[in-house]
Amino acid sequence: MSKKTRKELLTHLALIIVSLIVLAPVLFALAKSTQTRAQVYHYPPILGPGTALVDNYRAAWYNFNLGLYMKNTLIVAGVVMFFKTLLSMLAGLGLVYFDFPFKNAIFYFILFTLMMPTEIMIVALFKLVSNIGWGNSYLAVTVPFLASATGVFLFRQHFSSISPQLVDAARVDGAGPVRFLFSILVPMSWNTIGALALIQFIYMWNQYLWPLIIIRENTHQLIQVGLRSMTSQQDVTNWGIMMAGAIIAMLPPLIIFILLRQQFTRGFALSQEK
Amino acid sequence: MYPAKFKGKWLPLAFLSPTLLILVVFLYYPVIQTFILSTYRVAFLGLRKHFIGLGNFIELAHDPAYYHTLLVTAIITTAIVVVGMGISLAIALLANQPIKGAPIYHILLIWPYALSPAVAGVIFLFLFSPHFGTVDYLMSSVTGKSLNWLGDPTLAILLIIMASIWKNLGYNVVFYIAGLQNINTEILEAASIDGAGPWKKFWSVTFALISPMTFFLLITNITYSFFDIFGMVDIVTKGGPLDATNVMIYNLYRDGFEYYRSGMAAAQSIILFIAVVGLTLVQFRTSGRHVHYGG
Repeated sequence: MSKKTRKELLTHLALIIVSLIVLAPVLFALAKSTQTRAQVYHYPPILGPGTALVDNYRAAWYNFNLGLYMKNTLIVAGVVMFFKTLLSMLAGLGLVYFDFPFKNAIFYFILFTLMMPTEIMIVALFKLVSNIGWGNSYLAVTVPFLASATGVFLFRQHFSSISPQLVDAARVDGAGPVRFLFSILVPMSWNTIGALALIQFIYMWNQYLWPLIIIRENTHQLIQVGLRSMTSQQDVTNWGIMMAGAIIAMLPPLIIFILLRQQFTRGFALSQEK
Repeated sequence: MYPAKFKGKWLPLAFLSPTLLILVVFLYYPVIQTFILSTYRVAFLGLRKHFIGLGNFIELAHDPAYYHTLLVTAIITTAIVVVGMGISLAIALLANQPIKGAPIYHILLIWPYALSPAVAGVIFLFLFSPHFGTVDYLMSSVTGKSLNWLGDPTLAILLIIMASIWKNLGYNVVFYIAGLQNINTEILEAASIDGAGPWKKFWSVTFALISPMTFFLLITNITYSFFDIFGMVDIVTKGGPLDATNVMIYNLYRDGFEYYRSGMAAAQSIILFIAVVGLTLVQFRTSGRHVHYGG
């Protein structure tokens, strides 16, 4: 065996071991999610599949309402993902393809909000949103999230890297800025759009503290808080059902991540180097 | 003329107005309100409040429990930054080797990016449960001793740190791999020709060239340890045992929403805000090119 192939084999081996270590907690959860209570508490622990797969997932989905929370969160994350991307794109269009007074000041005004995560102003935001009368509603978990400094920044960077002659061409064709945006810029921006959509979907899917305090009614609750109430509802926790819940809750972002992975790395590389 | 522009003064403001409106109403306004609220003492479930100036800050400065909270936050943040980023860089270096099937390994290593702190917390809570958790079984069968991961303050902190590092691994590895792929291989070859060994090559070439990425990740990992950790702490330890894992954001939540001391909670928000602004300014000064991937 040559030195080179031996080195390659060792690299493969190391990568497989590391991948397995990173995967281990989820594989463990997956195995436990199929086990009955007796199998979960069995000593020594059983690490293979059990016999309660359907029962556990059914219980998590219906008895602990994860199905409902999934639907709620899909709506909320989908709405935020769509409108946040749209609003960021419009703002990018305004900042790159127009000249107007205080343009830089406005850009920095937007950029400065990077330093204001929701958690920082949670008490005041809670008061504000409750006073508007949005407590308990989807409006509370969508509207405050519709603007994004990251998004505006990404689109501004990306649009600046697109050839300026396109604007002239669009003007000759008689296209206004809105048509220019949708028929020329959007088709050239799928990587940025994909990257932003992915980041925002995961960001919204993982919201925890804000829905925990602002949504009081179970019927409107989001998935992470639903998972939380699973842990506190059961006196002697049935961990098989709990693990089924964890697996269910992680699937949608994982699927979106795998689908948009390429756009994510490409969209990101653009903003890094240009 | 570069780049070519459309005409119109009000049109661009119309494009920007939805974004600006939301930022003003739901970010700037609450931040200003937080500043104002931090100068009030709020009592009786929020029914009575009176102005006390810097009173809340002075009370925090004299409160040993708050110093404990700061210390816990510092310990957890340092561990997540140093150990988490160290492991991530090692994994990224390994995954960046020219090898067959590299894209598959990449997916297998970066997927935890999609995990939420709460999901990671639930899984680790179960793995490390005393008496029937699998880790406890494995460790007690090797050492003969059963460890109470949730009852012992030091072990509970360790548990939060491990779960947080695991959850954030994917994010760090994605960015480190991107950073490594942008390194010009000619520089590394030149270093080899100059007789640099692998160790020297790593520290003086690779590590130096990805330092902007390390810096970017430093900031995002710190904000992760400040804020995103809430879900993890809330699910795994609820700040316990004996406040051992009562980090700043958790303490703030309790003051604001369990004890209804919103003035006190607002004062703690301001302290966190100043920390974040300070860090971000350092980031902009050192490497303005890098993007923050947050909200």
